[in-house]
Amino acid sequence: MTIEVKNLVKRFGNFAALDGVDLKVNDGELLALLGPSGSGKTTLLRIIAGLDWPDSGEVAFNGEDALAQGARERHVGFVFQHYALFRHMSVFENVAFGLRVQPRAVRKDEATIRARVKELLDLVQLDWLADRYPSQLSGGQRQRIALARALAIEPRILLLDEPFGALDAKVRKELRKWLRSLHHEINVTSIFVTHDQEEALEVANRVVVMDKGRIEQIGSPDDVYETPATAFVHGFIGESIELPVQVEGGVIRLGDRPLRLAADGLAPGASKLFVRRHDMLVGPPGSGAFEGAVQHVRNFGPVQRAEVALSGGETIEIDAPRDRELRAGDTIGLEPRRYRIFAGA
Amino acid sequence: MTMQIADSVSLSSPEAKARAHAAAVRNNLRTEPKAVRIAIITLAILFLSVFVVLPLVLVFAQAFSKGILAYFDALAEPEALAAIKLTLVVAAISVGLNLVFGLVAAWAIAKFEFSGKTFLVTLIDLPFSVSPVISGLVFVLLFGAQGYFGGWLRDHDIQILFAVPGIALATTFVTFPFVARALIPLMQEQGTQEEEAAISLGASGLQTFFRVTLPNIKWGVLYGVLLCNARAMGEFGAVSVVSGHIRGETNTMPLLVEILYNEYQFVAAFAIASLLAMLALITLIAKTILEHHLDEGHDVNDH
Repeated sequence: MTIEVKNLVKRFGNFAALDGVDLKVNDGELLALLGPSGSGKTTLLRIIAGLDWPDSGEVAFNGEDALAQGARERHVGFVFQHYALFRHMSVFENVAFGLRVQPRAVRKDEATIRARVKELLDLVQLDWLADRYPSQLSGGQRQRIALARALAIEPRILLLDEPFGALDAKVRKELRKWLRSLHHEINVTSIFVTHDQEEALEVANRVVVMDKGRIEQIGSPDDVYETPATAFVHGFIGESIELPVQVEGGVIRLGDRPLRLAADGLAPGASKLFVRRHDMLVGPPGSGAFEGAVQHVRNFGPVQRAEVALSGGETIEIDAPRDRELRAGDTIGLEPRRYRIFAGA
Repeated sequence: MTMQIADSVSLSSPEAKARAHAAAVRNNLRTEPKAVRIAIITLAILFLSVFVVLPLVLVFAQAFSKGILAYFDALAEPEALAAIKLTLVVAAISVGLNLVFGLVAAWAIAKFEFSGKTFLVTLIDLPFSVSPVISGLVFVLLFGAQGYFGGWLRDHDIQILFAVPGIALATTFVTFPFVARALIPLMQEQGTQEEEAAISLGASGLQTFFRVTLPNIKWGVLYGVLLCNARAMGEFGAVSVVSGHIRGETNTMPLLVEILYNEYQFVAAFAIASLLAMLALITLIAKTILEHHLDEGHDVNDH
């Protein structure tokens, strides 16, 4: 099932939750919607599910107008951030719900429903919890039951809203891997919303980065990490150093200090220079594009994180390998291995 | 419970004993001196005994003062039976209406966003803040012979005032907030996610209501109905204004108690009053049980 979204706009009062969003999701894809809170990603997901309605724009499933259908007819599996399990039903009845509420003409008999629920509980590896109630489960178990419940109706599309947002870090990592392999197994077109970049980059085939109701970049996890399309994406994904610079007459300046960096093809004016923390190479004073004094050093496993006051006025944090120990008070040269400059303040 | 655990542990390990002792010392520091505690508790019990328990006991004492036969004779009087029947009918009507209105109002307030919501919530509380006598008078103004609809009603030979419909209307008005008030916070806390999940799983609106919404709020509904019923049966002021006190026809139990008392028929008056007192006791017990269920239903599905 492909999903096509065209020029979607949704406002809540004066706030534009979606401000002209276009998106095409391929059949069988596992797509991540990534962005800070308030970026419109959940609104987009809810509109695709039919739980919210856009002010204007189009949504099509396999070329067919989805906005003509309600949530009930769309046949979309939706997994909520806080699970939304039916608290008064057992795990078994939760999973069976979608099968039991089908119109009488197509409803399966009890034995078939039981077999199907058993199969789904096996799939999420929780068949031994069938008689429990949601309040008796852990967060990770609830989330897997919520997923089994959504899969029971054999959805054409699977939508997950911050599926691991309410879980602790360890369970989250396990479930990420598990979701990936599950998607591989069932191969349903799936979209999941997350504000956790690591989650998006690790699980998804493609990542859609959103900010302020707009899509900033669509690409593979490598694309959005290695070649961010906008200043926002560079700043949001990965740990970046952000420096306000001035481009004029073929020279890039940080404060009043000219940097030894090529300014070819850059528009003059206020700009932003981005470098990954680990892409700042440390050398002797005077050796790189930047120079600075080490203020403070902390060790994080294989790297040392140093706070460096640059001459030119800014203080940055860099991650350097530990082969050469840095000390507070050292003066060092810094050369960006890779960097990007985006016009605009 | 925790005290028991602390005690049993303290037997086995001196370290735990020391900890329990430290806890006890802390406890003492945190609370008032023993004398003050005893004084406060005694005062509370004394007050409750004089103002609540004593009157309740007196109601039953008076009712049975001429023996158990006189008690049942008083209840078997046609006037008494008519009052009991009328009270039950009126309570059934107003509880039924308020159940539907309360559900609809709570649903609207808890699940939708709309302008004027605060106003609606305030309006729901209005019957609580208005004197019941005024509530009754409103219906006299509307349906009385001199009232807005009085002429029309007379022409069509419809009797509302001084009849069952008037009493039911006044009671419904006075007891309106109970169901809605019990449900609004409950439904607001539960939010709309379970309903959304049900709909995305293919359930229709009715299926969602009966399979998801209603089971989640059933204890709240029962709680509201219970309080609504207790007040409906006990309402005096509003009913007194619209009833007309026609003996054997429009006297509810509270009204009859007053009439009998004014006629010095103490046994009969207190016999009816004892029924109302029993209703109150049963309501209290049921309320305690329901509150227990309501507390249990809360902690699910949240983080």
